[in-house]
Amino acid sequence: MQTPAPVDYARATSVEHALQLLEQLGPESRLIAGGHSLLPMMRLRLARPECVVDINDLTDLDYIRLEADELRIGALTRHSAVLGSPVVGEHYAILHDAESRIADPPVRNRGTVGGSFCQADPAEDLSAVGSALKATVVLRSSQGERTVPAREFHAGPYETVLGDAEMLTEVRIPIRPGAGSAYDKVKRRAGDWAIAAAGAYVVLRGGEVADCGIGLTAVGAPHFCAPEAEAYLVGKPPTEEHVAEAARLAAEACNPRADQRGPAEYKRHLAGELTRRVLLRSVDRAQGRA
Amino acid sequence: MQITITVNGAEVTRDVEPRLLLVHFIRDHLGLTGTHWGCDTSQCGTCVLWLDGQPVKSCTVLAAMADGHEVRTVEDLEVDGRLDPVQQGFMEEHGLQCGFCTPGMMMTTRWLLDHDPDPDEATIREAISGQLCRCTGYENIVRAVRWAAEHPAVDQPEQEVEA
Repeated sequence: MQTPAPVDYARATSVEHALQLLEQLGPESRLIAGGHSLLPMMRLRLARPECVVDINDLTDLDYIRLEADELRIGALTRHSAVLGSPVVGEHYAILHDAESRIADPPVRNRGTVGGSFCQADPAEDLSAVGSALKATVVLRSSQGERTVPAREFHAGPYETVLGDAEMLTEVRIPIRPGAGSAYDKVKRRAGDWAIAAAGAYVVLRGGEVADCGIGLTAVGAPHFCAPEAEAYLVGKPPTEEHVAEAARLAAEACNPRADQRGPAEYKRHLAGELTRRVLLRSVDRAQGRA
Repeated sequence: MQITITVNGAEVTRDVEPRLLLVHFIRDHLGLTGTHWGCDTSQCGTCVLWLDGQPVKSCTVLAAMADGHEVRTVEDLEVDGRLDPVQQGFMEEHGLQCGFCTPGMMMTTRWLLDHDPDPDEATIREAISGQLCRCTGYENIVRAVRWAAEHPAVDQPEQEVEA
């Protein structure tokens, strides 16, 4: 039986209250929302916070809306809400592709978008999506609000640039008219973490790639992205050859580690192949073929 | 700390440790052992119950987090000795052998049919993908869900069944 170590519990009634509690309780306190990353770590005693601050009552952070040419998703939005959102699907199929592959329905009913980003698991799917889409995250503390590019939010495995008494409140994704996007993931069984996964968006103009983004997870891609591959593809027609070369560059930039999910070379192969597939699917979607 | 949770329509108040998991609260503090406790790692899904109308894995929720909220467990499916069609379906189609995964399967199924009264096989398999069964091979479970879909409770008004 795995039971968390003794812990105190506090319930926040507003963002301001949550920040105030974090300041009062100090660096050994942790926010808890869905709890589907933190509670397993607490049971395994990999995490041992002195107090958890429950933010499930902050329903004003549970939203998906279009504002200022951005898709804005509140930190407390559940995975199931993202998956069920027509607005999300209309602009970014990558998010529906990814969410349908995250864990399983009961877990998606509970787990949150903010939690996924802040957990900073090196195999986290939404971190790769955020990097692919060049999203920004909104961080709030009692000193005010700041925005950080998703590609600069993660400081390493399970580490972010969040301060001790600071919380992520929103994820902002620029709307790119005509963009096609996709996500794909290889895993050992239903509901599992990725062996490797990749996501992309592509904007076409005059038969060429005008803009694109590539995100990867579980394969040691720095900041979950592949900027060399993106730079290669921009300005070129999205032919199979160019896409294959971009995928090769993305795989080369990865640093996968061998573990129970497979050897490093297999993961590098998956990184390349999945990047190739999601780029081609993004191109198809941008052209209205898929 | 003291918590009050509405469980199957009735308020219960208990003193608990903040670290207590909801599955243990339901089983050990309330004696509702229909909800099973399995893998402890949000994998197997036998501990699925409804929290505010949504199926969740109760091994990954603190009881304290359910304070002031509503929980529905498998014990609530049967009403006055009448089984829910989902329970009948699992009997009719042999949707269980050892029965360990069954409470989670049935709570997920009830939610599915409440939201999609006529699901196809792919929808059913996706809906139960958060639950592991090691006996039936899932074939009979899918049939049990279909049986329940084809036999909605007779005393339910038609529009409710359709909703």
